[in-house]
Amino acid sequence: MFSDSNLLQFIFGRLTIDAIPYHDPILVGTFLVVAVIGTAILAAITWYGKWGYLWREWFTSVDHKKIGIMYIVLAIVMLLRGFADAIMMITQKALAVGASEGYLPPHHYDQIFTAHGTIMIFFMAMPFVTGIMNYIMPLQIGARDVAFPFLNNFSFWMTVGGAILIMMSLFVGEFSRATWLAYPPLSGSAYSPGVGVDYYIWGLQIAGVGTTLSGINLIATIVKMRAPGMTMMKIPIFCWTTLCSNALIVTIFPVLTATLTLLALDRYVGTRFFTNDFGGNSMLYMNLIWIWGHPEVYVLILPAFGIFSEVVSTFCGKRLFGYTSMVYATAVIAVISWLVWLHHFFTMGSGASVNAFFGITTMIISIPTGAKVFNWLFTMYRGRIRFETPMIWVMGFIPTFVLGGLTGVLLAVPPADFVLHNSLFLVAHFHNVIIGGVVFGLFSGVNYWFPKAFGFKLDPFWGKVSFWCWLAGFWVVFTPIYALGLMGVTRRTQHFEDPSLQPYLLVAAFGAFIILAGILALLVQLAVSYFKRAQLRDTTGDPWHGRTLEWSTTSPPPPYNFAFTPVVHDLDAWWDMKNRGHDHPLEGFKPIHMPKNTSTGVFLAVLSTALGFALVWYIWWLAALSFVGLIAVAIHHTFNYNRDYYIPAEDVVRFESHRMAQPAGGA
Amino acid sequence: MHHGATALAMHSTSPSIQPNSNRLSVGKVVRLLAVLSGSAWLAGCDLIVMNPAGDVAVQQRNLIIASTALMLLVIVPVIALTFVFAWRYRATNTDATYDPDWHHSTQLEVVIWTVPLLIIIALGAMTWISTHTLDPYRPLSRIAPNQPVPADVKPLSVEVVALDWKWLFIYPELGIASVNEMAAPANVPITFRITSSSVWNTFYVPAMAGMIYAMPGMQTKLHAVMNQEGDFTGISGQYSGSGFSRMNFKFRSLNQQGFDEWVAKVRSATGPLDRNVYTELEKPSEAVPIQHYGTVEGGLFDAILGLCVAPGQMCVHEMHHIDRMGGSSEGSEENRKRLDYDNRRLERGEEPSGATFPASGRAPRSPEEPQGVMPRGDDNANRPGSGQPGAGSGPAPSQLNTQPNEPHRH
Repeated sequence: MFSDSNLLQFIFGRLTIDAIPYHDPILVGTFLVVAVIGTAILAAITWYGKWGYLWREWFTSVDHKKIGIMYIVLAIVMLLRGFADAIMMITQKALAVGASEGYLPPHHYDQIFTAHGTIMIFFMAMPFVTGIMNYIMPLQIGARDVAFPFLNNFSFWMTVGGAILIMMSLFVGEFSRATWLAYPPLSGSAYSPGVGVDYYIWGLQIAGVGTTLSGINLIATIVKMRAPGMTMMKIPIFCWTTLCSNALIVTIFPVLTATLTLLALDRYVGTRFFTNDFGGNSMLYMNLIWIWGHPEVYVLILPAFGIFSEVVSTFCGKRLFGYTSMVYATAVIAVISWLVWLHHFFTMGSGASVNAFFGITTMIISIPTGAKVFNWLFTMYRGRIRFETPMIWVMGFIPTFVLGGLTGVLLAVPPADFVLHNSLFLVAHFHNVIIGGVVFGLFSGVNYWFPKAFGFKLDPFWGKVSFWCWLAGFWVVFTPIYALGLMGVTRRTQHFEDPSLQPYLLVAAFGAFIILAGILALLVQLAVSYFKRAQLRDTTGDPWHGRTLEWSTTSPPPPYNFAFTPVVHDLDAWWDMKNRGHDHPLEGFKPIHMPKNTSTGVFLAVLSTALGFALVWYIWWLAALSFVGLIAVAIHHTFNYNRDYYIPAEDVVRFESHRMAQPAGGA
Repeated sequence: MHHGATALAMHSTSPSIQPNSNRLSVGKVVRLLAVLSGSAWLAGCDLIVMNPAGDVAVQQRNLIIASTALMLLVIVPVIALTFVFAWRYRATNTDATYDPDWHHSTQLEVVIWTVPLLIIIALGAMTWISTHTLDPYRPLSRIAPNQPVPADVKPLSVEVVALDWKWLFIYPELGIASVNEMAAPANVPITFRITSSSVWNTFYVPAMAGMIYAMPGMQTKLHAVMNQEGDFTGISGQYSGSGFSRMNFKFRSLNQQGFDEWVAKVRSATGPLDRNVYTELEKPSEAVPIQHYGTVEGGLFDAILGLCVAPGQMCVHEMHHIDRMGGSSEGSEENRKRLDYDNRRLERGEEPSGATFPASGRAPRSPEEPQGVMPRGDDNANRPGSGQPGAGSGPAPSQLNTQPNEPHRH
């Protein structure tokens, strides 16, 4: 008996049947839904015999376009999860007023808000942004792939691995209750025993490897692989924002990795970096995590700014106003974003001069940001504005984001922050800039580039329904939440004593359902567009009368992107070519050198996820095994010399002439 | 410098000595602001941050209004121009000029960088000055606009300890203490020393002054004053665990006589607050009723701050002293044990608060309430919409198989 339990403990670590929350009806119901949908998807793939296709053409693909699409699929799946958390939170808040307890006890509610923040930033916004950068940037600079195609595939699967670990915490054990940034000492082992914070740590660590490597990859691509003639001041503005965003990634994600490693050491081996006793200093964690955390929001918003710039310029039929000042504004925002982290904790008791310094650096960011907004405005000035779906998102973005910027600068004034810090006003502010900026930008980008990726436009009607639901829903949710903040209501409460708050919370909850309608409209839009794809088909490759190089190739682009590397003479290279009477060459094709697919990325990510799971549950044999496996597979991959192949010239000829046979026009 | 700063921070309201008339004009400004932000319906509700009762919070509120007004100078035109340009240059309006190559104008670029710059210079100056004048560590120089602290008034000292999940207030000069209720005479400056016993919280009375972190083993300070009498709410602004939502306290702002009566009432409370009582009090508990202590053991706050309330524990500052003296190799092993701050008593075999499997026997997300968390009783289980079985000795079998009434795709 005794030896049995020892054996079980050896095999399963601290994992036992008790870790499965089979007694919680909410989770059982969730599990059933997930299981039914998951089984249906797996069955469908099996039924149609698509496993081989998926494995060969997608999972092991090193094509930046396919990886980009997979990133976005991951982001949309995680958006649904993160939004389900949001709906649960806001309905709990709306119900749990006065004598009522709502339906989520603190123990469950606290996991939900932690999961919501963690998932929306790390597993929704990040993959979404990375996916668009991955897909578009190489096309915009006239490259055939990213600099390190295998690394790209590996980065994606590491992100998936992290996401799987976080999702697993739903049904095996539990998630962290220590907020999305896991401040110690609350996240330390004394105050958060159990597996929640460990899931958080290892999920983020695994995904963080992917993010860092992808950052290096995209920087190398922009720096080294631009088409001939494309100097740095001729690259499309989206590539500039991608460059700055990834420069931030490679400088800050190592900080996050180090910080979480220190926290993991505190929890696993009893070091005292952030504990209350033995000289541990939780204020140090606060500084470290925000040295990552503040630039992180610019990692997200800069590419969104890039998307808005491309969309405004295209749909106004006009060159972007003040390209140079846009570039400098982007770079200045990136640099200053390293110097503002302390504004997240003015209330920690730093001296007045320190607080004022960081307050003022924060405000300074609004200068280049303001310049950007003006540049978009003056791009519209004397344009011919076509209000297609991507442009509609821009029209929603500018007023929404500008008001979010206002409340942000307000929070940068330290004495004002003292009364607003951690309040629902703050919550409304960052949703205002993240939804109004990042999410609107991403949806604008999806509508804009979808025809490039799939050869047909997205249905405009459902796109507009989605837009109006998001815009209206956003303001219906967050206007009362701003107001609640000014009533001195703080964030992360599971219950409110004051019944007079309930009307505001009910309005906010109603708004959340409007946003839900917006998300559903997006899914409907995807489905409707698929079924109407014949009508929405674009055969020209340039449905919006675009300006940058991605529109010069077919939709979807061939695996090699460009049969001939374009030569660039001007900013807005494709516009320039069109104006000067371009010609698609029909002969002289050469075999094209391409990277070969590999399954190593998948295997490495599977092993990493197993390692993470083993560390969460103290299954030491599995941890050791998967770690050794990781090293072995990585070394083995270095001996793989079969990494490339040539697309024969005949295939290129066939593809290119087929393309020329297509009727022109149609947009 | 201080005087000038005050004038700057106050420039959007008319400074007034009398609290009542001051409040009126402030109310107008608040309503104006609410109208400006397109949400006039908000003006009717209790925006305590915009309508506070203490001089520090009033100045912070004024700063919010002044900064917002400054920023609206640029934001209103931007939003207006967005719609004007969108309408005027719509593709169907062929009358509008179309200039596809116009993409640069040095004058315009200068303007669009300069306008935000000027606003930020003004705001930055305001920030620098107000951050210094409203530094929570700085003793108050006035109790209301144009009303310096009278020479004969001595500030009231209050020591604040954030516990899981309630507030302890110690009045060192009066030798009394209370839990989840504090009182202070109106128009008398209060000096707070703030710490925490376990995790971070913020000490925040929205009507009085901005918040500041309460951190274990560390002390923060706050200087504030309340100008109106009445009962106000104090909260923690930093999530600190399961009982956080109910970690509220009552702040009673009284006249001098009322305060003296309150002190007398607390004095008459039987229990003393000594280390033993504190050690019990410190244990996690939720929704704790108001408690009073007629006497307080001397040096208790400093012991809490030094993480050395438990018998035999070495205080952090004692260790610092040893280190300053060059450290000590003798007895360092014993000292190590005495420095171990185990305020959740895990090493004494108590169950970690809020812990579930595997740290305790409770299943994760179990319906049982963890230690220290108040039971979510039957009224909860009976209420429609509740998918959570009530707390009890075990899971309620009849509810195990019920589906949640609201379907949640999680």
